[in-house]
Amino acid sequence: MTITLNHFSAALVFAFFASIVFGITHRDNTREMVRYGLYCFAMFLGGVFVAGWAMWVLRR
Amino acid sequence: MANTTTEKAKMAEAAPLTAMGVIAPAIGWLIPGAGHMIQKRWIRGALLFISIVTMFLLGLAMQGRIYRANGGDILEILGFVGDVGAGALYILSVAQDWGQGAIAFATADYGTKFMIVAGLLNFIAVADAYHIAIGKKK
Repeated sequence: MTITLNHFSAALVFAFFASIVFGITHRDNTREMVRYGLYCFAMFLGGVFVAGWAMWVLRR
Repeated sequence: MANTTTEKAKMAEAAPLTAMGVIAPAIGWLIPGAGHMIQKRWIRGALLFISIVTMFLLGLAMQGRIYRANGGDILEILGFVGDVGAGALYILSVAQDWGQGAIAFATADYGTKFMIVAGLLNFIAVADAYHIAIGKKK
């Protein structure tokens, strides 16, 4: 079985699972784990957009 | 001087060598999340298991490549270090000769990275299980 993901989908899936692990391992209580996980997810996705636009600017 | 001694005493008190301090990281490496589950952190362990295993399996499904321990250049060695973090998933994949990689698929490179990161995330989870075992974290 082969799965084909486009770049953004792969980044989204990556960010989702990595954020779960980061949230659990970097904080002590449940509330902080969820908040930090959401923060990491936002940073991952934000980074994808920033990097994408930066590459567009460089290419111009 | 007194502060350094006090700090060292506190660190030694927080890090006793216990059986769980060895077993939890070991089993957590072998089975992602198991190090948390044997310490009764069921939800954390389950989420870690689902996240890491899913990333690894997605990597395989995307025709990613698994690095073997056969030396080669530094990037292959680093890839191996990442992959081996997945524990039993890596052992099973190597035993079954999965993860040959597929140059024909552009997304195969994503798969390779997914598996490396799954291993690295499991290393983080193992460290977390260890910290729980030695009482440094709840």
